[in-house]
Amino acid sequence: MSSPVKSKGARPKTKAGSDTAAEPAGEPVKPARAGGNILIVGVGGQGVLMIAKVVALLAQKQGYQVKQSEVHGMAKRGGIVFSHVRYGPEVWSPTIVKGEADALIALEWAEGLRWLDHLKHEGVFIADTRRIVPPFACRSRKAGAPINYAKETPADIVSRVADGFALDASTIAEGFGDARAANTVLLGVLSASLAYPEADWLEVIEASVPPKSRDINRNAFAAGREWALAARANPTLRFDSSITSYEAPAGLLQPKITLEINAAWCKGCDICVKLCPERCLALNAEQVAVLKSPDACTGCHICEWLCPDFAISIRTSHPEPVTA
Amino acid sequence: MNVQPKTVDAGSRKRKLLPLMGNEAIARAAWEAGVKVASAYPGTPSTEILESLAKYPAADIDAEWAVNEKVSVDIAIGAALEGVRAMASMKHVGLNVAADSIMSQSYIGAHGGLVVIVCDDPGIHSSQNEQDTRLFSRFANIPVLEPSDAQEAYEMTKLAFDISEEFDTPVIVRSTTRLSHTRSVVAVGERVTPKPKGFVDSSTKTVTIPANARRLHPKVIEREAKLAAYLETSPLTRWEKGDPKFGIVTGSISYLYVKEVVPNASILKLGASHPLPGETIRAFAKSVDRLLVVEELEPVLEKEIKAMGIACEGKAFFPRLGELSPELVRAGLAKAGLIEAAPPARAIDIEPMARPPVLCPGCPHTSTYVALRGLETRVAGDIGCYTLAAVEPLKSMDTAVCMGASIANAVGMWKAGTEKKPIVATIGDSTFLHSGIPPLIDAVYNKANITIVILDNGITAMTGGQDHPGTGKTLRGAPTFKVDYETMCRAAGVEWVRKIDPYEVGRLYQTLREAIVHKGVAVVIASRPCVLDPVKIKGTPLTIAKDGCIACQSCMNLGCPSLTWADEMHEGRHKIKIDETSCIGCTLCAQVCPTDCIQPVTP
Ligand SMILES: Cc1ncc(C[n+]2csc(CCOP(=O)(O)OP(=O)(O)O)c2C)c(N)n1
Ligand code: SF4
Ligand code: SF4
Repeated sequence: MSSPVKSKGARPKTKAGSDTAAEPAGEPVKPARAGGNILIVGVGGQGVLMIAKVVALLAQKQGYQVKQSEVHGMAKRGGIVFSHVRYGPEVWSPTIVKGEADALIALEWAEGLRWLDHLKHEGVFIADTRRIVPPFACRSRKAGAPINYAKETPADIVSRVADGFALDASTIAEGFGDARAANTVLLGVLSASLAYPEADWLEVIEASVPPKSRDINRNAFAAGREWALAARANPTLRFDSSITSYEAPAGLLQPKITLEINAAWCKGCDICVKLCPERCLALNAEQVAVLKSPDACTGCHICEWLCPDFAISIRTSHPEPVTA
Repeated sequence: MNVQPKTVDAGSRKRKLLPLMGNEAIARAAWEAGVKVASAYPGTPSTEILESLAKYPAADIDAEWAVNEKVSVDIAIGAALEGVRAMASMKHVGLNVAADSIMSQSYIGAHGGLVVIVCDDPGIHSSQNEQDTRLFSRFANIPVLEPSDAQEAYEMTKLAFDISEEFDTPVIVRSTTRLSHTRSVVAVGERVTPKPKGFVDSSTKTVTIPANARRLHPKVIEREAKLAAYLETSPLTRWEKGDPKFGIVTGSISYLYVKEVVPNASILKLGASHPLPGETIRAFAKSVDRLLVVEELEPVLEKEIKAMGIACEGKAFFPRLGELSPELVRAGLAKAGLIEAAPPARAIDIEPMARPPVLCPGCPHTSTYVALRGLETRVAGDIGCYTLAAVEPLKSMDTAVCMGASIANAVGMWKAGTEKKPIVATIGDSTFLHSGIPPLIDAVYNKANITIVILDNGITAMTGGQDHPGTGKTLRGAPTFKVDYETMCRAAGVEWVRKIDPYEVGRLYQTLREAIVHKGVAVVIASRPCVLDPVKIKGTPLTIAKDGCIACQSCMNLGCPSLTWADEMHEGRHKIKIDETSCIGCTLCAQVCPTDCIQPVTP
């Protein structure tokens, strides 16, 4: 594994604002090794497989043996999607060994973090800072419970990896008319780390997208590439510094909830039992509503409002601030 | 034996190179091998095989979705007995459904050529178990070929037909999720059209009455011996000479992991893992100081090699569960003291966030489970997208055994006589047609008091949106008869049948309540198309009116992925926001919202 693939022709020019896309002098992009392991991750519907396809075609074009492997059984149902692309003179395993990925491309922030242990020490980390918060992350009904989403910020991560880039690719792509072209923005960023001719990239991208979105994708690629070249020259640009923390707002109040049921007024209609979002009410043997799980009650007042006989009253007070 | 694989080297230069997924390579090979009839029931990771076959000319190949795996194999058998090449494909658990046919067909043979492609799922990426098909091939006394990559999947599928005809046996080609879904360049060839042989015409062979079966069984045993002899010299069995310190017997994708870790080791690669070429294995064992067996899942080869009286080691070093990987092969060889262990992995100290799969925004299954949870029912579930209702926040499915189990499970729950809750079976439309009809008939016949909900989303959604007899379209998209569930249920003797739209939450509740109090079998057909297939549905998204949300979390109980917490809070609870790009405007959240603050986005 030696002979680096050299970039043919002149330094690639980006279409959008090619005047600003100056490569840092002296240290151009990394020479590509004869072969590589690229791991692309995200969630269903984001276009992980499109990136994988482009990288695979590009590698094939350079004359490599390529294996592209993915598991996408649950992809459509909002689950995790990942694709391994391995290329070189001879490729055996279709999967990348943990710690051996030359590049990790994440279309979603928390997914990038999930796979970080697959990246080589000197590998390139490229992530969209876009968050797709799963319903699972909004599950705790405790007062003031934070969203159960990754806490690490782009600044944290970029400082922890050797060669990291974190950008809001979705917004960049949206600027060209389609947020779904975020994957092509990330390909632009990747292109600045692999010494393959820009023309080859564009050719395989065009072959992999529907004809009517070619322009959007060409622009998205150019913007990603330009952004990456600028960020290489100026490391402060490597991450989106506007995102400081993913922590939940602090200083929330822990409410004290008292729920009273006037048994004499309750006629056992079951409405409160069926409509309590926390399912904490029940009818007892006498067909009277009782609070069966007081800990689950969030004091949302629904039962109080819906009871046709005004049998339920709720009082909420907010004495102590939650310590963050 | 004249069964030789046409190796890649033979004129590979002139052969067309195509980047193919393992499944596509299998389909290509089937088409080239002149398969006339191919039948399958979808199942991850096997589904793309028939989907790709349907792209070849209809004049060449009859490719169809069968109603289930047993039917697909029986169709293939019928075609093979008529003297043409035939194939069925399925996921590993589909083989259980088809087992009866294959067990008998092993006695009958293959005549025109009969290949069954079975895709296992080590690691249980999307299945209900990780059974190892190599064990089944032994049970059925039929050979199993195990390709390691797409090129081999192509070569071996073609070869499987030659072996099938030559030895008069059904042949299994076993893939795994990893192989089925890995794309690499395959050198392909041209299609040949074998001459149809005509009907087998030998009823002493094709009618398995006891007298015939008794005569056929010894022939099966003889056939196995002949196959083993063939595999001693066949290129399917490949001895790669290397360092004699240790030798590895392996096959399937495990071979690639071994090559990745110890490219220069002595390797005996078995292209067929049943029957085993005993003499070659013995000679290989003699040539090395220590013999190891690297195989994914069960210690099938290891036990058989040990039974031959040859010392070897396998599962002592390599896991019996889940998918193998280069990492695990390296760790196992290191544990055996044969190579250096890998340096410790980089510690990143980030807790990965849970992201379980969820029902789509607007999924028509959602409301049924919200209602069933509200009605406090005992739910016998089944296999499909709707199995996701077994976890929070829908958490309303008590069982999911295997495809088609729900209705009869519910009958059994009722027969137990101890259940206090109303008993409900929920079953998807594709699953109902696959294996839900006999238990429906049974429920009526045995006078069960249960409710059955047929979740009719008009597609086989879980596996990516395949047609079935209830969609009125064939695999190739041609119009065909569309099953009517109501008529079918009435014909089975169900007197109480209602059809409803699950987007009408109030009516859905009401109908389910009525069904539950009905004495006897009640069927509710909840009809509303899947939002992904056959067409992606996207209506006007909804939004949450400013200040209207009281953060009660009622809508969050739907588990719709378009609903998440906003930054604003109300009394310590998160208010909700709707992601307008993914919301399809089904209005379920608006229907459960007590304050009416969820309204369509105004342009
Ligand atoms: C025997 C068997 N064959 C195939 C599968 C793969 N499989 C899982 S769910 C499913 C179909 C589900 O379709 P349907 O019942 O209509 O429910 P939907 O996913 O559309 O909600 C299939 C084919 C399986 N699990 N078991
Ligand atoms: S694919 Fe269809 S059936 Fe499956 S979760 Fe999505 S909408 Fe529901
Ligand atoms: S209308 Fe509500 S429940 Fe339906 S998709 Fe939109 S957010 Fe989800």
